Amino acid sequence: MYNQISSNVWRSRGLIAFFLALIIGLGYLFAQVTDYPEVLPIAVVFAILSSIGSYYYSDRIVLAMSRARPATRDEHAHLVNSVEGLALAAGIPAPRIYVIDDSAPNAFATGRDPERAVICVTTGLMDKLNRVELEGVIGHEMAHIRDYDIRLVTLAAVLAGTVVLISDWLLRSMWWGQGVSRRRRAQGSVVVLPVVLAAAILAPLVATLIQLAISRSREYLADAQGAMLTRFPDGLADALEKIAADTEPLEVANKATAHMYIANPLKDIGGPLNALFSTHPPVEERVRRLRTM
Amino acid sequence: MVPMISTFVLAIVLGIVAVFLFWIVYLYNRMVTLRNRINNAWSQIDVQIRRRYDLIPNLVETVKGYAAHEKQVFQKVTEARASMAAATTVAEQAQAQNQITQALKSLFAVAEAYPQLKANENFMMLQEELSGTESKIAYARQFYNDTVMAFNTLIQSFPARMLAPAFGFTERDYFPMDEAAREPVKVQF
Repeated sequence: MYNQISSNVWRSRGLIAFFLALIIGLGYLFAQVTDYPEVLPIAVVFAILSSIGSYYYSDRIVLAMSRARPATRDEHAHLVNSVEGLALAAGIPAPRIYVIDDSAPNAFATGRDPERAVICVTTGLMDKLNRVELEGVIGHEMAHIRDYDIRLVTLAAVLAGTVVLISDWLLRSMWWGQGVSRRRRAQGSVVVLPVVLAAAILAPLVATLIQLAISRSREYLADAQGAMLTRFPDGLADALEKIAADTEPLEVANKATAHMYIANPLKDIGGPLNALFSTHPPVEERVRRLRTM
Repeated sequence: MVPMISTFVLAIVLGIVAVFLFWIVYLYNRMVTLRNRINNAWSQIDVQIRRRYDLIPNLVETVKGYAAHEKQVFQKVTEARASMAAATTVAEQAQAQNQITQALKSLFAVAEAYPQLKANENFMMLQEELSGTESKIAYARQFYNDTVMAFNTLIQSFPARMLAPAFGFTERDYFPMDEAAREPVKVQF
């Protein structure tokens, strides 16, 4: 349990570092190749600012999109008690609890820090899972909140977006300026055209892969940390198996919100490349890791 | 030549001293944070224990409405609550809490024999609330123990090990467990 936690933490740190290196590398190429490298910081700041807005209101936006309603002690006593109990185990204030009326079993957590966090479960989840399994799922979501995963995954998305932005600008300025600008070439820029082209085309792809790798790594981490909270990994393992076996797609989920749920709600998975391009690790592997803790 | 070298050496030495000082500050703050977290965790346990204490009278009245003649079990509950109010030391408190846990278990076991009581909405609500509170007590103790472990690990490791006594940080104890609670639970009807 402890080993899995530390290896995942280091992996996500490494991925962020790689991301920053990628951005700096692209920025360097940009400065070498174009006449107006000053535009670059402005563009990056703009990208960050526009992401901050969506990040600050992320909980309200997501709840509205998902048509969630607040859970009450009268209607959902057990859910409320489970969430409050696990919040005590995690040492964070109890998150707000919401419920989605849908028979597909799923859950998500959102909110940029533990004080402003929200946990949402579907009525299907509460019906289909027993107490131990439900606590396993809530433990996983609580771990996401406590470890600031929402913030990290948003950061990864912003970095990926920045890489895409820079690559796009790079390609455009080369296209319009017919390759490396003459002024730069006159100044003795040693950057070669094919290298820059390759970098600009591959960078967005690499950025997306890194972003998804970060997302998957944090999912494993939340599994391990959640099992640490409940001290019972089998609960979550059983819950994941049940959720994966249920083939009903969640109606209110779409591509924008799918990544936050505990299991991919869109159920349209297939193909060998799926592993690289998926926001969630494969269920069999998650269950295996949990059962061998 | 010589003045230049010693300026350089001086800068390096000052740099090392600065890093060292920052490190000490960081360690001290970390010890303070963990110690406060332990104290908070302890009071969280108290909050849940208090909640359980407050829920019990309502439960006893509800059960009495259907099973008034089960005097033995009501006696156990009353005694357990009284011992909690009378406890002064940590060991006595822990014992009182275990007494309450055992008494509640017997009370719920007795209620199993009365289907009308089990169907009573108030009873079901109380059952869920008390079950939830028992879980919360367990989770709060777990968090307390986790935090104690983190704190003890920090002040046992180098270099914090040398700083801790100087600043008055000592190891904390894990949550005391009453030996009687380790034995299997006896449920008597």
